[in-house]
Amino acid sequence: MSKIIELKSVNKWFGDFQVLKDINLTVSSKEKIVICGPSGSGKSTLIRCINRLEEHQKGDIVVDGITLDANTKNIEKIRSEVGMVFQQFNLFPHLSILDNCTLAPIWVKKKSKKDAEELANQYLEKVQIVDQAKKFPGQLSGGQQQRAAIARALCMEPNIMLFDEPTSALDPEMIKEVLDVMVDLAKGGMTMCVVTHEMGFAKEVADRVIFMDEGSIVEEKPTDQFFNNPENERTKLFLSQILN
Amino acid sequence: MNFTNWSRKNLFANWKDSLLTITILYLFYVSIPPLLNWVFLDATFFGDSKKDCTGGGACWVFINVWIKRFTYGMYPNDQIWRINLAFVIFFISIGSYFFVSSKIKKYIFIFLTLVFPFLAIFLFHGGSLGLEEVETRVWGGLFLTLFISVFSIIFCFPIGVLLAMGRRSNLPVIKYFSIGFIELWRGVPLITVLFMAAVMFPVFLPSGTNLDKLIRVIIAITLFESAYIAEVVRGGLQAIPRGQYDAANSIGMGYWKSHLLIILPQALKIVIPGVANTFIALFKDTPLILVVGLMELLGMVNMAKTNPAWLGLATEGYVFAAFVYFIFCFSMSRYSLSLENKLKTTN
Repeated sequence: MSKIIELKSVNKWFGDFQVLKDINLTVSSKEKIVICGPSGSGKSTLIRCINRLEEHQKGDIVVDGITLDANTKNIEKIRSEVGMVFQQFNLFPHLSILDNCTLAPIWVKKKSKKDAEELANQYLEKVQIVDQAKKFPGQLSGGQQQRAAIARALCMEPNIMLFDEPTSALDPEMIKEVLDVMVDLAKGGMTMCVVTHEMGFAKEVADRVIFMDEGSIVEEKPTDQFFNNPENERTKLFLSQILN
Repeated sequence: MNFTNWSRKNLFANWKDSLLTITILYLFYVSIPPLLNWVFLDATFFGDSKKDCTGGGACWVFINVWIKRFTYGMYPNDQIWRINLAFVIFFISIGSYFFVSSKIKKYIFIFLTLVFPFLAIFLFHGGSLGLEEVETRVWGGLFLTLFISVFSIIFCFPIGVLLAMGRRSNLPVIKYFSIGFIELWRGVPLITVLFMAAVMFPVFLPSGTNLDKLIRVIIAITLFESAYIAEVVRGGLQAIPRGQYDAANSIGMGYWKSHLLIILPQALKIVIPGVANTFIALFKDTPLILVVGLMELLGMVNMAKTNPAWLGLATEGYVFAAFVYFIFCFSMSRYSLSLENKLKTTN
């Protein structure tokens, strides 16, 4: 399988504090990886580096053949190919759900309004909130908002989807509806990098699981090996805490 | 019965309340009837000169006779139709804006922002196409108040928004230029700025060029007020959560697209009260142009009251001017409130 994301000795500092320490990671096309770890371990920062919402200071990040540097054109190109879903949904509150979804296709991809709306309806159908299209984000439940946010990202027809703790801000009964959409997406063959604590989701869809602690990748294994015989002590401790 | 209960509860609950209520009622009794007498009952409304005012109340004849000057300044009488025409076009466009479909709305908006300003300036100033030239030094009265306010508001708003964005920019040159600009204009009294625009500015111009004093004054007020708008808008920009920028960036929007489509629509909605406040202040600051010899409404009132035939009528003049300013400022205030409510319900 072809490499689609490649991180080579990536380092990042917030002031004096090193958040990412010598990260090496390769993701193949259509692969699904789950990144977990205690809070503050740098996992969100890591996936935010992949579409350069955060800037890394040392090392190379190559996404879909493009090396990320200060070149704005490249960054915008990468961002229109990489979709992202956030913990806090980050829908645009002044626009309806439909407009949230059509905005970037119209303004970034220069699609016609009609095409963009057709596309949006198709993806809103897929996440099962097409009946809410005319509503504003504030009128939707958390789970519906997160599904709308996934649809918004999909409307750019990305090759890669990044999920930054997509269910952490949701009430328990809404987590499933969002995870169902993500499982569905995974089965459709999307390349996915998911930061999450939902180990059930990891077991079901992930090809590989990565465990991070204090800015480093501590353990990286195919899913069944990761859960069945983790080697690192910190991984074992984390798993015993989160699985029980 | 209802009223008795209500007043017992709200006005006469205990001896302190009763004392306050009675005192205030007494103050009303002392002040309101004389005021009404002065304004209406003993006032003289119609006539030709000060001699007609025999009632002992206000002499509104003064306003009546001078209303043309208060409204149009020293603009030639036979050309006043040009001002009226421009304002009629303006109010018809604005009025019809609220009754037509959104498709036509777009055209009215384009007309009002891109065509009308030039049409209005042409009508007011003339000088070609058979319209007699009317120099800006004879412009005055309420017409000049509105002219300066409208043009300053139109220009200072976009400049202010750009300065607010500039102040938050990552590019040091733009950032420090914006900070310097804002702090400079905020740190100087408007009167000083107007003096400089009128007296000092021409010194710096290449010899032979002559920029009209009115234009210089409008530029001065625009730059001055844009600094205030910038700070108001910056407050709104700061209220937008980081996640909105992240989301806009993550779907491939660059700086301008994310600001124009995502950040500013939200930020500007938040700052409507502050912006309205600044615009009202701007409107009320226009009389200061008196110091450079331009006479808008208050300036004309000031001039009229020193006319030998109309001495001693300053009170009527000032009350009238205050009333007119109030009407406009109050309208702006109500409009901003309705805009706030309108944008709130659609969200």
